[in-house]
Parts: sequence; C-alpha cells; structure tokens
Amino acid sequence: MHQRESIPRFSRGERLVHRSTAVLVGVLALTGVALYVPSVALLVGRRTAVEGVHIVAGLLLPLPTLAGLAMSAALRADVRVLNRMTGTDRQWLRRRDRRSAALPVGKFNGGQKLAAAVVTGAGLVLFGTGLLLIAPARVSLPVSVREGATITHDLFTFGLLMLLAGHVWLAYRHPEARAALRTGMVDREYAEREHPAWAADLS
Amino acid sequence: MDGGHEGAPVGRRVVLGLLGLGGASVAAGPWISGRLGGLAGALSSHDPTGLSGLIPGAGWRYYTVTSGFPYQPPASYRLKVGGNVDHELTLTTDDLRGMQRTRLTRDFQCVTGWRVPHVHWEGVRLSTLLDRAGVEPGQQAVRFTSYDGTYTESLTMTQARRDDVLVVDTLEGKPIGRAHGGPVRLLVAPMYGYKSCKWLSSIEVTERLESGYWEQFGYDQNAWVGKSNGRDDAPT
Repeated sequence: MHQRESIPRFSRGERLVHRSTAVLVGVLALTGVALYVPSVALLVGRRTAVEGVHIVAGLLLPLPTLAGLAMSAALRADVRVLNRMTGTDRQWLRRRDRRSAALPVGKFNGGQKLAAAVVTGAGLVLFGTGLLLIAPARVSLPVSVREGATITHDLFTFGLLMLLAGHVWLAYRHPEARAALRTGMVDREYAEREHPAWAADLS
Repeated sequence: MDGGHEGAPVGRRVVLGLLGLGGASVAAGPWISGRLGGLAGALSSHDPTGLSGLIPGAGWRYYTVTSGFPYQPPASYRLKVGGNVDHELTLTTDDLRGMQRTRLTRDFQCVTGWRVPHVHWEGVRLSTLLDRAGVEPGQQAVRFTSYDGTYTESLTMTQARRDDVLVVDTLEGKPIGRAHGGPVRLLVAPMYGYKSCKWLSSIEVTERLESGYWEQFGYDQNAWVGKSNGRDDAPT
C-alpha cells in the first residue's frame, strides 16, 4: 500500500457555506415535516414555536451563500464553473457508461452542475413563496395568491427533498467526495478518476 | 480549460426556468390544488396506508391557532350549552349519543383551497340542542368556544338552526380524534372549514352576533362555500 495523496478541492469558506446551509436545510426539513404531516404535528405540538423556527431558518437560508459569494473568490469561481455546461458535461449526462468512459470531466460533472442549478432555482422559489406565506394578514394578498404560494411551496419541497435524498445517497456512495467537503482535500486517485481534466489542471 | 467561459450558461437558464415555473404555479395555484385534490380523493379510497393524504392540496390539513393545549378525552369531556337560554345544559359524550342522531356526507372545503370529498359525519343537529336548552326570545346569534382556549366562532340564529349544522362526535364511522377536533366539534356543512369550530367546549346563545377568531382577521362572517372570501369553489 502506498501513501494516499490528496489535493485541495474546497476552501474553508466554501466548506463553511456548505455546512451551515446543510444545517439550515435540515432544520427546515424537520420543522417542515412537523408542520405538514398531521400525525407528526400532533406528536410535536408547540406549533407556534415550530413555525417560528421554520421561518427564521428559512429567512437565514440565503445568508451563508450570499456571504460566501461576497467573501470567497473560490466559491465565485466554482459558481462560474457550475453555470457552464460543456460538451463533456452533456456527454456525461447522456452516456450510460459515464463513469468508465474516461470523459475529460472538469471540477464538476454534468449531474453536479444540473443539480446545483435545480437546487438554486427551487431554493429561490421556496424562499419567495415562503415570504408570501408569512405575509401578515393585514397585507391583503388575494386568497388565490396565498393558495398558489401554499401549493407551490409544497410541490417544490417534494421535488427538492427527492433531489436532496439523491444528494445524500451519492454522498454516501462517494466517501472521497464527502471527505472533500469535510477536510477540503480530495484523494488524488479519486479526483483523477472522476474529475480528470480538473486534476490534470491542478498538477 | 474548464475555466468558466466554455459552454452554455445552462445553470442560469435552469434557475430562471424554475423561477418562471414557480411563478406560474403560484398563479395557477387554485387550479393545481383542485386537480391534486381530485386525484388524492380518488386515490384515498383505495389507499389503506393513508399516504395519499400527504399529496399537496389533498386530504386534511391540521391547523390550530394555539401552540398546544391539553386534550380532553371523551370520558371527562363536557359540552356546555348556555348564554341566554331557559336552562343551561352540560352534556357528556354519552348524552350526545343518546339524542336524536343525524348523518351527513359532504365535501369539506377549506378557505385555503384544500377539499376533502365525501366526508361522513354523524352527530346531533345544533337546533336539537338549542331547543332542548330553550332559546330566550329575541336572541340573534350563537357563539362557539373551543377548549383550545383561543378559538371562537359564531353563526346567526337562522344559520345555526339549519339542518346541515351539526354538533358531531363521529367521523368516518369512528369517534373523532384529536387531530380532527375531537371528541366533539361543530360542523357547518355549507360553509368554509373555519366555521366548523374544533374541540368545541361551549355553545352560547347571544343577543347579538360577535365575530369569531378568523373574522377578526378579515374572513367573511357568512362563509358560504363558493360565495364568500373571494372564492368560487363548488358549493359543498
């Protein structure tokens, strides 16, 4: 066994953004379930308090990302990469042998880029509809808007939870990627296998 | 090479696309919840797990305006019928079971959009209780109080005496549980759900109409389904 070599993948700031967003999303998911599923709602009780925690966590949700975008050049660079879908990324998304086809994948593969965009879009929709839902009664929103915000918040939550379940499943399947978000460093062999173009650029 | 200029800005397009989808979904909300509600209603009759109740816009949603309160089990539950009446009543769940019973099957429509089709209720007509207590002359309204300590509702005397206004203790053939406002709640079948006061603790005959909890936040007093609160749902 030779010594495993690691290369830097995520900065401290990026990891902090990821960790704090993950905590907030966890709080939102748990309190959301306690508000939405009647049997859990009865079990937990204290609806006003649960509601308050959900609202505060929701309002805080964009802050880590915004702070990261303002303060971390590494995060800004990664966002730029995530935004752009290259020919390689399209192939990665299309091909069934994507992991064995030796595609010149960069820092993020097509799936990661797509997921990042969907999470961002769905997150913004949830934030916006959430704001509509907490509009005080004296703001006379049409009832149909409240109803639309309710159903949209619910539907996007269902979609996002499915995506996050996949996110957690893939993290479980890829301990090296998990380690990268914990320590900032990724195993070089893993990087050369999954993100060869990026690994080659680094060396 | 993957420096950030190569390739189409698909990420931005996906984000903007989802924002558009979200906006359209807010605008089409009433239509979407109607569709999902119908779907879930159809599913729930073949669904022993009850999971179809989790479909958005479908099934019962649990609302309370308090942060929690002690449940009153059927054994110790008491319903007071009082106010301007000849003789006050204090009824147990057994008393209610011993009175003339009425069954009613209606859709249950919430003012926030969800609707549960064909709900089977059983209980006693409110008018039966009012007659038993004896309403004093000149009384215009009835006020309802929940044992959650906060919620109130009210009806005009004419509304309260309708055949489809019941004090119910049975839902789908079973005693009403805590989540649905048990052991005893009001059912104002032709009106939006907020009129059907849950966890009913007292019925009070009053000379004048007093606004209930949600009416103080601008909800309509006369909450006929489809003809109030700016909504056009099919009547229940």
